[in-house]
Amino acid sequence: MPQSMPVLTELTPELDAFINEWKDKPGNLIMVLHKVQQVYRYIPRDVALTVSKKLDVPLAKIYGVMTFYHYFKLEKPGKHIISVCMGTACYLKGGEDLLKELERLLGIGVNATTEDGQFSVQAVRCVGCCGLAPALTIDGEVFGCVPVAKVAGILEKYKG
Amino acid sequence: MKFNNYILVCGGTGCESSKADDIFKALQKELENHNILNENQVVKTGCFGFCEKGPIVKILPDESFYVHVKPEDAKELIEEHIIKGRKVSRLLYNKQESSKRASIDNIDFYRKQIRVVLRNCGFINPEDVNEYIARDGYLALEKVLFEMKPEDVVEELKKSGLRGRGGAGFPTWRKWSFTQSTSSDQKYIVCNADEGDPGAYMDRSILEGDPHSVLEAMAIAGKTVGASKGFIYIRAEYPLAIHRLEVAIAQATEMGLLGENILNSGFNFYIEIRLGAGAFVCGEETALLASIEGKRGMPIPRPPFPAVKGLWGKPTVINNVETWANIPIIIFKGGDWFSKIGTETSKGTKVFALTGKIKNSGLIEVPMGTTLRDIVYDIGGGVPNGKKFKAVQTGGPSGGVITSDYLDTPIDFENLAKLGSIMGSGGMIVMDEDDCMVDVTKFYLEFTVDESCGKCSPCRIGGRQLYNYLEKITNGDGTEEDIRKMKQISQAMGRAALCALGQTAPNPVISTLKYYEHEYEAHIRDKKCPAGKCKNLLLYTILADKCIGCGLCAKKCPVGAITGEKKQQHTLDTSKCIKCGVCEEVCKFKAVVKN
Repeated sequence: MPQSMPVLTELTPELDAFINEWKDKPGNLIMVLHKVQQVYRYIPRDVALTVSKKLDVPLAKIYGVMTFYHYFKLEKPGKHIISVCMGTACYLKGGEDLLKELERLLGIGVNATTEDGQFSVQAVRCVGCCGLAPALTIDGEVFGCVPVAKVAGILEKYKG
Repeated sequence: MKFNNYILVCGGTGCESSKADDIFKALQKELENHNILNENQVVKTGCFGFCEKGPIVKILPDESFYVHVKPEDAKELIEEHIIKGRKVSRLLYNKQESSKRASIDNIDFYRKQIRVVLRNCGFINPEDVNEYIARDGYLALEKVLFEMKPEDVVEELKKSGLRGRGGAGFPTWRKWSFTQSTSSDQKYIVCNADEGDPGAYMDRSILEGDPHSVLEAMAIAGKTVGASKGFIYIRAEYPLAIHRLEVAIAQATEMGLLGENILNSGFNFYIEIRLGAGAFVCGEETALLASIEGKRGMPIPRPPFPAVKGLWGKPTVINNVETWANIPIIIFKGGDWFSKIGTETSKGTKVFALTGKIKNSGLIEVPMGTTLRDIVYDIGGGVPNGKKFKAVQTGGPSGGVITSDYLDTPIDFENLAKLGSIMGSGGMIVMDEDDCMVDVTKFYLEFTVDESCGKCSPCRIGGRQLYNYLEKITNGDGTEEDIRKMKQISQAMGRAALCALGQTAPNPVISTLKYYEHEYEAHIRDKKCPAGKCKNLLLYTILADKCIGCGLCAKKCPVGAITGEKKQQHTLDTSKCIKCGVCEEVCKFKAVVKN
């Protein structure tokens, strides 16, 4: 028996409007994927499939692009995203120690999410405040010149 | 309208992340509370550059320079400085000069800098096109539209000697001239704002502090080569810069400085923003163009160069942000004026992100030809914590190190290449005696391996091999044969890789082997890391004659590797030790040492 076609996911009106606006512009795929991630915080497979139909781009091509770029997430991130800066200045000033401390506190390494879905940890290239090295961000808020001993206190604010 | 005081609050990403926005609001509220908001203006500007001291507030006209300001300081600043005319000395950068003029001319960090590219950064409100216009903004575009012929513009660039600031230093006028002389129904202008070098944020600061300078330059290029459409390809990780660009494009379009029939000249030029998505290779121009086209950002062989066959196969001028920001002032003041700054082969200034083990880290702009010594010691204030200077790394993952023997070399494209490094986009990372060259090289290789697009095998396989050797060496398992093989692979990659990313990926290896082969040898032969960084090669011991048995190290050790009775000498079990270094850090008697 042939497999039935998967049912297309209903997109949010905002995303739908965005896709319609960009539909005929050349080179729209990356911009559309950015919007998907902005709406869902990652790119769910069923949404990627809907985008594929709407833009008339093969799903394989969409996955080719998604997996090529670091920015796109294929899995649902935790409620809070902790990004540890691993730019050169932060690396020299102990960025790695911050990752280790997070691993000790949360029990997860880089690119993982805690079991309770509260925190995801990722290493990022450069937050761009090298003067504040070592730095980490949580949900976009920057914490600069972070000593290892202060990581636990910072996390406390986001728990619960 | 003239105000009594202009209170400039730094709104660069560094200061924003230290609550600059709250400071801005608090200052406004205080002015309101005292009913003097109509006599004084608070302006949120772009980056001041002196990030180490942020958040920064500068008050004009007397140029008081307040550092490490907190939102709760707003009340005192307004009541003391603005109302009573008394400087708040505890917040001044130069406290001893509080009674005199505290202007930035008296600050070493700024004294040797010349601000051409950053002329408006930290001075104007980047979200108000009128402030850019008040600083002669868009006059260069007007000149190009009404007074100059396209070939004159190229000629002016040629006279200026401007070379691309993205890394390779290709003469800008030649790129423009190729595109100009190629006939096509459509041509494109592209701004490369995919600043991927870790530890560098020049481009972001320019876009955040002075976005119109880039827009104006792109329109000038459009008129010069005959293009009506421009794209700014910017990292998605730079939300503030993206926001300010969007505001700037909207305001310029509203004023008739972009879009249809610019200044009634009949010339149309539209700019769109396209977001990058975290791929370092997209800094390479052909990969960047593929990414704008919505594809995987993989480079293609050149020639044909984008200037002839670029975006969607059409002739495309692609320049980096800093290059663009130089254009309006060159056209406005003339190529001759610009060519007076800098050295014989490298004209103008260069913006560097000075970071790492340096007292005054921040964004600086110096004339080409400035020596590293001037940058590290006079501007940067030297290495902090009494440590010894070791090297400066320039050019990021594509560059190399410059040792203390070459501190007096005037910095320009040629001299850096001679030393085995490159100008790159402008990251300048200072390292001290605690930094291990093998470890830093491994850091860069890990980066390029991760960022390799995988298209060509020299980069995909060679980079991985280099990384494996480096890991082996830092783990203490290296052999002398490894060094020979690394040199061989590096050479092959340099020759055979498809794009600049792969060709330059071995540069950190080549450069550190050139100046620090002895450090590699120490790891291999003596199984020691001279800088004490590579953990597998470290051994912590407690010195019997210095330990007083306070027990602090034993208490702090996360794995219970330290034992001993109170007031008796403690011992460290090396088989349990995870080399975290906490014991060394907490010991007040310097009894814990590593070797």
